[in-house]
Amino acid sequence: MSDVNHGHLPATIEEPIANPGLPPHSWRPTDVDERLAKRAERQVAALFGLSAVCVVLFLVSYFTLKVGDNHTTFAGFGASNIALGSTLGGALLFIGIGIIQWARKLMGDHEIVEMRHPARSSDEDRQGTLDALALGLEESGIGRRPLVRNSLLGSVALLGLPAIVMLRDLGPLPGDKLYSTVWKPRMRVVRDVVGTPINIADLEIGDLVNAEPEIVFAVDEDGEHVLHGAELQTAKSKAAVIVLRMDPKDLTPGKGRENWAVDGIVCYSKICTHVGCPISLNERKTHHLLCPCHQSTFDLADSGKVVFGPAARALPQLPLMVDEEGFLMAQDDFNEPVGPSFWERG
Amino acid sequence: MRLLNRTAGRLSRHRRGRLAGIAMLMLGLGLTGSLYAAFAPAQAEQAESDAALIEEGRELFLVSCVFCHGQNGEGVLTEGGTQYGPSLAGVGAAAADFQLGTGRMPLVQPGAQGAAKSPVFNDEEIAALSAYVGSLGPGPAIPDESDYSLEGLDDEQREEAISRGGQIFLTNCTACHNFSGNGGAMPRGGQAPSILNTSPEHIYEAMLTGPGNMDVFSNGNLTPEEKRDVVAYIETMRDQPEYGGFGLGGLGPVSEGLFAWFVGIGGLVGFAIWIAAHSTRTTKAPMKGTDA
Repeated sequence: MSDVNHGHLPATIEEPIANPGLPPHSWRPTDVDERLAKRAERQVAALFGLSAVCVVLFLVSYFTLKVGDNHTTFAGFGASNIALGSTLGGALLFIGIGIIQWARKLMGDHEIVEMRHPARSSDEDRQGTLDALALGLEESGIGRRPLVRNSLLGSVALLGLPAIVMLRDLGPLPGDKLYSTVWKPRMRVVRDVVGTPINIADLEIGDLVNAEPEIVFAVDEDGEHVLHGAELQTAKSKAAVIVLRMDPKDLTPGKGRENWAVDGIVCYSKICTHVGCPISLNERKTHHLLCPCHQSTFDLADSGKVVFGPAARALPQLPLMVDEEGFLMAQDDFNEPVGPSFWERG
Repeated sequence: MRLLNRTAGRLSRHRRGRLAGIAMLMLGLGLTGSLYAAFAPAQAEQAESDAALIEEGRELFLVSCVFCHGQNGEGVLTEGGTQYGPSLAGVGAAAADFQLGTGRMPLVQPGAQGAAKSPVFNDEEIAALSAYVGSLGPGPAIPDESDYSLEGLDDEQREEAISRGGQIFLTNCTACHNFSGNGGAMPRGGQAPSILNTSPEHIYEAMLTGPGNMDVFSNGNLTPEEKRDVVAYIETMRDQPEYGGFGLGGLGPVSEGLFAWFVGIGGLVGFAIWIAAHSTRTTKAPMKGTDA
C-alpha cells in the first residue's frame, strides 16, 4: 500500500473544524446473542427454501394449467396467468427478502473508512508492463516476419465481408421511390376496407372518409389481386388518404391549388410528416387534424399547414377531380413526397 | 240450398230495376272504402298524432331550449359572432335524440364539450322534442331498431358482419375512440368519450350526425349495413375478457406509466426506506469481542 500512495497524496490541509470521527459502534441483538443469530440464520434459510418451493410450484402450474381456456378462474383472471406470475414473482422476491434479512441480521455492519488513492499506477508497474509488451512483440517476431503479419491483417479484414453480406438487405438505397406513391392521374379514390368508390353526391358536409387508391383493391381478369404481399402493404401505407367534405366557404385554397378541391371535398395524405404515424383524428368544427403520436396539428381547411407540434412540413394534398359519373378521382400523384422528411430532401 | 236459391231468384228479379245500378254502385263504393280503411296505413290519424307530438315538443322546446337555440331553433349568436347555441335547422331528429338521450343536452354549463349524464327528459319528452327538432328542416331521422340489429342473420353472416365491422371500426373510429373503445383526449380540453356503455341506438345516431367535433359518417359515407356492423362489433367488445390482467382504462402508456411510477416505483422506494430505517440495536457488547 505504501508504495501506491507514495508521493501523490496532497499535503495535509489544516481543517477549520476538527474531524468528529465516527460515532461509537452499537451492536445488534444478533451480534450479542448467539441464540438470536441462529434464529436469524434459520429465517434466512427458510426464505430461500420458500423461493425453491415457488420454483417447484411454477413448474407444476406451467405443465398442468391450460393457457387461454378459462380467463376468469380467480378474481376475473385466468388461473394460469395468476399461478405463473405469483410463483415466479415469489421465487425472486423470497431470494431478495432472504438476502436483505441476511444482510441486516448476520453480515458484519461495522462502519469502515476507505481512503481514496490515486488511479495512476506506480512507475515501476508502468515500466514493467511496457517491458513485457516490448518483449512479446520481439519474441512473436511480428516486426521481423512481414508475411505472417500481412496475411493475418488480410484475413482479419476479410472477416468484415460476412457482416456486410448478411446486412445487404438493408439496401439498396431507395432511389426515387420515396418521391412517388401509386396514385396516378384519374385513379379513383375508394373507401378503405370495403373498396367502394366515393360519389360526391353521397358525402355530406362534415363527412370524413378513410380512403385508398383504387389499385389497392383492384383485381385482374382471373380475380387475383393486382398487388400482393409486401408490395401491397407498401403501396397501401404510402398512398393512404383522408377525404373530408367541409363547407366550401370555410376552405382557403392554397396558391396554385384553387382547383384541387371539389365542392368543399379535400383529400390529404394520412401519413404525418413528422415521423409517419397514420392520422385521422380530425376535429370537425375546426378542421384540425391531430397526430396522436406527438400532437402535430394540421389545418385541413388551409392546405394542411402545421398549426401546432413538431411536424416541419404541411400535409401533402392530393388534387381531386370527378369523373362523368360523379366519382372522386385523383388529378395526379402528390406533388411532394409523403411522410417524414429524409436526408435528400434537405 | 233451396232457400238461398229462392232469395237469389227474388233478388234477381230486380236486377234490371231502375235503382239496381245505383244500389250496386253504392255497394261497390262502400266496400272499397271500408276495405281501404281496414287495410291502409292510418295516415290521416298518424299525421294528426305527429302534429300533436311536434306541438308537444315545441312546448317543451320553448321552456327548455330557447335560451341558447332561439325561439324557432335558429340559434343564438353572441356579440362576438360565436354562438351560444347552434341553429337546429336540418340537424335532424337523430341528433336531438342523441343529445337528449345521452344527457348531453340540456347543457349544465358552457365549455369545451357537453358531458354525458343521465337524461333530464323522459322517453316521451325526448320523442316529442326530437320530432319538433326533426320538423325544423330535413335531416337524419331516428334510426329504427332493425337498422342496427343483426336479427334475421344466421351465425355465419353474423360473424362476417362483426369482423367487417371490426375492420371499419379500426380504420375509422380508433384514431379518437381508442382500440378498446375507451375513448381518449382531444385538443383544447375535449375528449372522445368511451363508447362501451353507449346504447346501439345512440352509437348509430352519433355516426349519422357527428355530435360536437366528431366527423359525420352519413349513409353515403358508411352504408347503413356498414354502420350496423360497426355497432355489432362494439357490442362484442363489451364482452372481451381482460387477457392481460387489469385494463387500467385501456388508455395505453398514460395510465400504465402512472401505475408504474406511483405504485411500482413508489412501492420500491417505500420498501427501501423501510429496510434502511428499521434496525434494532442493543446497548450490550459482544461477550468475546471477536466481531469487533
